[in-house]
Amino acid sequence: MAQMNLLQAINNALDIAMAENDSAVCFGEDVGHFGGVFRATSNLQEKYGKARCFNTPLTEQGIIGFANGLAAQGSLPIAEIQFADYIFPAFDQIVNESAKFRYRSGNEFNVGKLTIRTPYGGGIAGGLYHSQSPEAYFAHTPGLKIVVPRNPYQAKGLLLASIRDDNPVVFFEPKKLYRASVGEVPEEDYQIPLGKAEVVSQGTDISLLGWGAQMETLEKAAKMAEKQGVSCEIIDLRSILPWDVETVANSVMKTGRLLINHEAPLTGGFAGEIAATIQSECFLHLESPISRVCGLDTPFPLAHEKEYMPDELKTFEAIMASVNY
Amino acid sequence: MDTNIYKSSREVHSADFIDGHSVDIPILKILKQDGSVYKGAELPDIDQELATKIYKTLAFHRVLDERMIAAQRQGRVSFYMAALGEEAASVGSAAGLHDEDMIMAQYREQGALMFRGFRLDQFMNQMFSNELELGKGRQMPIHYGSKELHYMTISSPLGTQIPQAAGYAYGQKLQGKERCTICYFGEGAASEGDFHAGLNMAAVHQAPVIFFCRNNGYAISTPSNEQYAGNGIASRGVGYGIKTIRIDGNDILAVLKATQMARAYALENNQPVLIEAMSYRLGAHSTSDDPSGYRTREEEAKWAEHDPILRMKNWMLNQKWWDEDQENELFEGLRDEVLKAVKVAEKIAKPGIEDVVSDVYDIPTPGLEKQLDELKEHIRKYPDAYPNTAGRF
Repeated sequence: MAQMNLLQAINNALDIAMAENDSAVCFGEDVGHFGGVFRATSNLQEKYGKARCFNTPLTEQGIIGFANGLAAQGSLPIAEIQFADYIFPAFDQIVNESAKFRYRSGNEFNVGKLTIRTPYGGGIAGGLYHSQSPEAYFAHTPGLKIVVPRNPYQAKGLLLASIRDDNPVVFFEPKKLYRASVGEVPEEDYQIPLGKAEVVSQGTDISLLGWGAQMETLEKAAKMAEKQGVSCEIIDLRSILPWDVETVANSVMKTGRLLINHEAPLTGGFAGEIAATIQSECFLHLESPISRVCGLDTPFPLAHEKEYMPDELKTFEAIMASVNY
Repeated sequence: MDTNIYKSSREVHSADFIDGHSVDIPILKILKQDGSVYKGAELPDIDQELATKIYKTLAFHRVLDERMIAAQRQGRVSFYMAALGEEAASVGSAAGLHDEDMIMAQYREQGALMFRGFRLDQFMNQMFSNELELGKGRQMPIHYGSKELHYMTISSPLGTQIPQAAGYAYGQKLQGKERCTICYFGEGAASEGDFHAGLNMAAVHQAPVIFFCRNNGYAISTPSNEQYAGNGIASRGVGYGIKTIRIDGNDILAVLKATQMARAYALENNQPVLIEAMSYRLGAHSTSDDPSGYRTREEEAKWAEHDPILRMKNWMLNQKWWDEDQENELFEGLRDEVLKAVKVAEKIAKPGIEDVVSDVYDIPTPGLEKQLDELKEHIRKYPDAYPNTAGRF
């Protein structure tokens, strides 16, 4: 075990992946010698050479198109998009190409080896274009997997699983936690399975569901609610697509209440999908309407970031409203 | 770090703008329409065996296109796209490659797949989306692909294969494969952002990829003078630092020569190459298009005189490698074969219902399994409404 922050855990996972597979290639804007604007790819070029860790021209559609080609060829591309806010120029390559490659060819070809890493989320005074959480756009795309870790241990285990998974994975890294989140991380190789949620703490009165950086918000809100005598069960979804319906439904059948929290705007956010599914699966067990505590239906503002965010106070209020319904 | 660009420019002290059309791009022509060769022209590496294979492929292409356009009009297939008048570009370039070089096509390059040996029944199965089709009946007709023949499955979104080809070729180089990738696209697709992304990525990362542009004058109804204002597509290659050539795309010997040289250069130097093949889309864009709405019969007639297949035939006759008896036998035999193959393929059953959810992921997710079970239950309840799949599971 070693103390690592979330960036170091990601760097460690990339190092392991590149050491075990000669065809693993890390690339993106400023990823090479500089090691990335957040330093996630530090020292990889020195260790594995310029051919396997390199800067690309500033073109997101080019990065993902190139990555699709590498993956189809049998190499192991780990592409970086500098901010999730800038993934949209590559939306066509991801949605029309990566996601449909295997299906449309009858499995003659696939890009299963592709992993796209990208920092996401607010809380760093990033304004409109350094704060977005675009997971719901991709969640509407069959063929993709979408993964979000909440701490360094998760980041390493989930990233290694994503890199080795035989499907294209979009891996969203909570940049607010890159340096802020520090924890014990095994130095050896390990994986955390995709598609499985984790019950972080047990409770009996309400299920709180979130992912990534918002897990801290749920924990803070749960502590406030405990003081009011409310027992919260906290679940980290970890994989947005495909998502673990069973774990969430089992929890809601026990507690009878569900609150979902995400930073992205409410309308069309992934909480809507979860709420509709759980309402269908757990209709007879629900004691109150499913609550969604999300970002506002606005672009992500700078001066009013604090007001925009679905923070612990808003979450606490929603917990109490649900239990008092 | 190399910031040489600041040092390499010649300095001037009066403002002199470079003319946007100053790049001189000649067009390579080797073969005349009458089958004779231009004086002093360097021929490609070709013998009677290769020439015969190329010619038979061109004939197959022409016959398949003519018959399938007719089959679409009869309502037997839903859609078709021919390459009438520009068959030499795809067939001639495929003949300049190694059989294990990767081909990444747009959609009008079935000639390259024919040259690789994709069988008539395989073409038919794809067009009729039956259960023998490699793509499991999921894509529209003409979206072919074959792992065995190193022909990447075609997708409809234009230009997306261009940066993919750069990545594919980079992987070939990284793994020391001694193979390259060819990437076909039309002059319309070259207006997409992925064209810029792909050529720049390939040049910067030194990928052994041949970018092969079929400039056939039209993107559906849009003539090329509404597509770009510069000197075609070739002038752009120079801007990316890519070795570039423009050729007569209806001249099989020019296409073969340019591709053979491009391949050798790409592999020896680990560099991309751009070929712009000038041709004319003699047919409609697709069976959903009627060109009489945007161009004249006179224009089409003029280009019909540049028929690349007739030009090669004339050369073959001159070489004494071909005669009219062989010609008649070949074309009549092909017409007969294609008709028979249509009748076989259209009777083969559609793929099973399981293929709706397979291959979305490597393994169907629990959610997909559930949706499949629900779908099967629904079909069992209303079998008459779903005749292709009812009673088959």
